[in-house]
Amino acid sequence: MSHETLISALYVFALAAFLGYQVISRVPPLLHTPLMSATNAISGISLVGSIVTAGARYNTVSTILGFVAVVCSTTNVVGGFVITDRMLRMFKRKEIAKKD
Amino acid sequence: MQTYFIELSYLLASIFFILGLKGMSHPETAKRGMHLAEFGMLMAIVGTLMHHEIVTYTWILAGLAVGSVVGLAMGVWVPMTAMPQRTALSHAFGAFAAALVGISEFYREGGHLPTITMSALGFEVMLGALTTTGSLLAFAKLQGLVRGTPMTYKGQNIFNMALLAVTIGIFVYLVIFPGSMPLFFTMVGLAFIFGLLLVMPIGSADMPVVMSLLNSYAGLASAATGFVLSNKVLIIAGTLDGFSGFILSILMCRAMNRSMTNVLFGAFGSVTSGAASGELQGSMREVGLEDIATQLAYANKVVFVPGYGLATAQAQHVVRELADVLEKRGVTVKYGIHPVAGRMPGHMNVLLAEANVPYSALYELEQINPEFPSTDVAVVIGANDVVNPDARDNPGSPIAGMPILEVDRSKSVVVLKRGQGKGFSGLENPLFFKPVTGMLYGDAKDTLTRLVQAVQHA
Repeated sequence: MSHETLISALYVFALAAFLGYQVISRVPPLLHTPLMSATNAISGISLVGSIVTAGARYNTVSTILGFVAVVCSTTNVVGGFVITDRMLRMFKRKEIAKKD
Repeated sequence: MQTYFIELSYLLASIFFILGLKGMSHPETAKRGMHLAEFGMLMAIVGTLMHHEIVTYTWILAGLAVGSVVGLAMGVWVPMTAMPQRTALSHAFGAFAAALVGISEFYREGGHLPTITMSALGFEVMLGALTTTGSLLAFAKLQGLVRGTPMTYKGQNIFNMALLAVTIGIFVYLVIFPGSMPLFFTMVGLAFIFGLLLVMPIGSADMPVVMSLLNSYAGLASAATGFVLSNKVLIIAGTLDGFSGFILSILMCRAMNRSMTNVLFGAFGSVTSGAASGELQGSMREVGLEDIATQLAYANKVVFVPGYGLATAQAQHVVRELADVLEKRGVTVKYGIHPVAGRMPGHMNVLLAEANVPYSALYELEQINPEFPSTDVAVVIGANDVVNPDARDNPGSPIAGMPILEVDRSKSVVVLKRGQGKGFSGLENPLFFKPVTGMLYGDAKDTLTRLVQAVQHA
């Protein structure tokens, strides 16, 4: 990694941290559990790193580690989003909740 | 061209992730937000599959298939009560994936990495490893595979600190003099062990804080992976996750009026309460079911205060039934939710939402506290420390200063409790001895079911 890449990466990190703080502070306690499972699913984006490791055929060890990493991150992405959706569907407004 | 396409898919994914989390500010917009985030994820994955370094798709597709099946099964079958365990497990998976990618990168380069990359990789692998084992232990505690009580021994903190110092020492050495495989794997091993040691002394009741903290570490491990791979979408998503966890852990600490250090190194649950239970006047007054039913039936406003005991008794649905019966009689029903009710942030809200309680009836601590003086009956179900007036009145109490739901200000309080025992902290609760308070012993679900019938006949 060159110094320029590092600097631009640090920019991205700092701005994302700032943005994250602004966005997350607005989430009401009501939705903290779905928030946690959503951010969890989103950070399953490390899947993109795992995919390259699993498919690049650097060496056997990397391929195996990459494969396991793909399994773990995919579980997070799929499980995280499915369960977040499931939870969010439970939060109903008054009129709708009464009908069920 | 290809590179541009991939980078563009990452950029769009980042934007969709941020919009997705922005949607989380309200239940009505949250669903759409999540669909955006899902779409972003799909784009990032499709983009990655075009990466020029990929030569074989066998393992990728196999991994995606296995992961999707496991993830889908977990997503569909896990009950809402087990949400904390599932979340702990997914922190472990996420962190493990980050650690593995880091190890693989190190191995590929034979350990000879430039200083900057090695620093990021060290963070990635250490955070990933300790979060993996820490989350697995948290999972085991929440699932009841391991006892939830804090495990402590003499010199624990010193030992842990020493171990951490050695791990970081190796890390620094590797950054300056890269290339030693054995040292690298020692560092990884120590980080794995440190994760266990970190969560060992923490009791079940402090889990909301630990969960949030592990969430934060898992996110930061992903962000560090982004630094290693120079991948900006990883940095952005990891940082968002890291900060979200960090903010939640601060909120949880504030809700218990304790510092992070105290939660992590204080081993709270083991503290005996010799200090300040004080002289309690009066005795607990047991009340009859019929009396309570009449009180509830003729009240104007009733506030339910659920704690973790409600979830263990699986009584969420019966509470809603009782609320329905009361509302039919014209009683206003609200729910007061303490931030640390349950085993992870916001857990109680999800449990009640699952039982079809409309979210407009769920009130946060600051919203509901001013309402207690005008409340006719406050019904405390399986909650103890979060309604302990000592936290407000007795500066000598171990939980002094912790924000509580001030149920003792209502005209009448009913406490549904399993038995006469104390809460997780082992503290006496003066609320139970107050003249306004009536105790109703027994299994919460059973008691509530009988209350529903009694109110219908009142």
